[in-house]
Amino acid sequence: MPIVELRNLYFSYEGSAKPALKNINLVVDRGEFIVLTGPSGCGKSTLCRVLNGLIPHFYRGRLSGQALVAGLDVKETPTYILARHVGMVFQNPENQLFLSTVERELAFGLENLGLPEEDIEQRVKQALDYFGLADLKDRPPYLLSGGQQQKVAIAAVMIMEPELLILDEPTANLDPVSAEEILELLEKLRKEKNISVLLVEHRLELVLRYATRLLIMREGEIIADGPPERVILTEHANIVGIPPVVEVYKILSGTKYALKDIPLTPSDLTNEIEAVVKRGVGH
Amino acid sequence: MEWVIEAEDVYYEYEGGGLALDGVTLRVAKGEILAIMGENGAGKTTLVKHFNGLLKPQRGRVVVLGMDTRHTPVSVLARHVGIVFQNPDFQLFAETVEDEIKFALRNFGFPEDVIEKRAKWALKIFGLEKYRERSPYALSIGERKRLSIAAVLSYDPDIVILDEPTSGQDFLQKERLAELLYLMKQQGKTVIIVTHDVEFAVRRSDRIVVMKAGKILGEGPPKKVLSDVRLIKEARLKPPQIIETAHSLTSKGVIVSKDIYPATPYELIRALGLGEDI
Repeated sequence: MPIVELRNLYFSYEGSAKPALKNINLVVDRGEFIVLTGPSGCGKSTLCRVLNGLIPHFYRGRLSGQALVAGLDVKETPTYILARHVGMVFQNPENQLFLSTVERELAFGLENLGLPEEDIEQRVKQALDYFGLADLKDRPPYLLSGGQQQKVAIAAVMIMEPELLILDEPTANLDPVSAEEILELLEKLRKEKNISVLLVEHRLELVLRYATRLLIMREGEIIADGPPERVILTEHANIVGIPPVVEVYKILSGTKYALKDIPLTPSDLTNEIEAVVKRGVGH
Repeated sequence: MEWVIEAEDVYYEYEGGGLALDGVTLRVAKGEILAIMGENGAGKTTLVKHFNGLLKPQRGRVVVLGMDTRHTPVSVLARHVGIVFQNPDFQLFAETVEDEIKFALRNFGFPEDVIEKRAKWALKIFGLEKYRERSPYALSIGERKRLSIAAVLSYDPDIVILDEPTSGQDFLQKERLAELLYLMKQQGKTVIIVTHDVEFAVRRSDRIVVMKAGKILGEGPPKKVLSDVRLIKEARLKPPQIIETAHSLTSKGVIVSKDIYPATPYELIRALGLGEDI
């Protein structure tokens, strides 16, 4: 069963004539790493709100079409049930963390589920180890660095064992090394726990290498959907900014120095260029 | 060279927290676009808060446009130095987007017709006209960020400091922002950005200062600084994609670059000797 199934989905916010989502069709399977991008105001956040049930349960408006998450109809399922299947992480972790210690922060969601204390203790301990937070367990989250806070926010969501993890620009305020650590962590979670990741991000140069699928939205519609190597070469990608390594590929394509495969990282590009140089000129 | 900011051996320690600035000396020239980079907690924001007098040096001194910040009221400095913080929510408070922009203008005593004109301009350049009547809190975080930048630019300060201006901004907005920074530079304004966005900094700034643990680790032209592999590793930065590629091609002997690597796709292609045919 796919984790997300959206069919002919439309949504307009109350008081707005213009639909925020138009004819969205999207099926997401377990283990996919989806990067969702598009100009601001294109509907990315609105789409995320449908997937965790904030639409239609919190944001009023007109929702039509079908929206299934983990097989549950979003329209008929309360958000606290959906929250067991869908975890959300935002740009500012400080808005999401509010308890006195990291350990309490991780236990909070499980306590709300009413699990026995021993189970909670065990799962918190496992999570502290898995996310490398054991040394920080007694620290208040607000005294941690941005990268550490974001790690705690992800751990607090993952401890609920969701099948889908949605992140809205989780690295926007992080330094490059901390950002990479968070992205590597998502990749590890996807592989080891077989969850689906939906990452909203503008900086494709940072995230494209992790994507199994790239979605581009514009004015409420999904205008491109497919493997990142293919989507990034379509004209739709021009509105979202092409990573510099892909630009090199595009400049050289059609010349005698054309690269064989599309590079998504500096190390891909290094290998491609090395191959061209070895091949020699005039092929 | 005309210096608009001169920080000399500045120390600052937060109460109960470690040393945030540990002897920083930095001069900023009129008309430059300066990028300050470094990991979270390096002291970047603490440093720029010294440039409009929000913080005063505990040792050393900061002189802004000839005024020693220890002896100049913040209200005087604020007219000359506009600062936009990383989290826009800390500085938005008006009922509507339009009032948010007009607030500072009124505060500085501009005549009403100038206020109207400036507010209109600021809303337009940031694509916020359609939200004029809305509450700032109804905007997305990226839009709130642009609103807080617009509010500062509208009163035309000589020095503009932007903390993470590109975060949450899409490709076109970043391009528009870059264009705007360049226009300000042309008008003799000084722009300081605090940023983690290496691709933006390498293409759009005149100089990069790298900080770590309250100290300046290195500074210079963007390409030169970001080509210094040891420096950026120590500062927990990542090189721009093309510089990283050029570095690994150089270590494999495919191309020869010494101190400064190519930083843009076309520079890389020229360095490879492929340029003439394209």
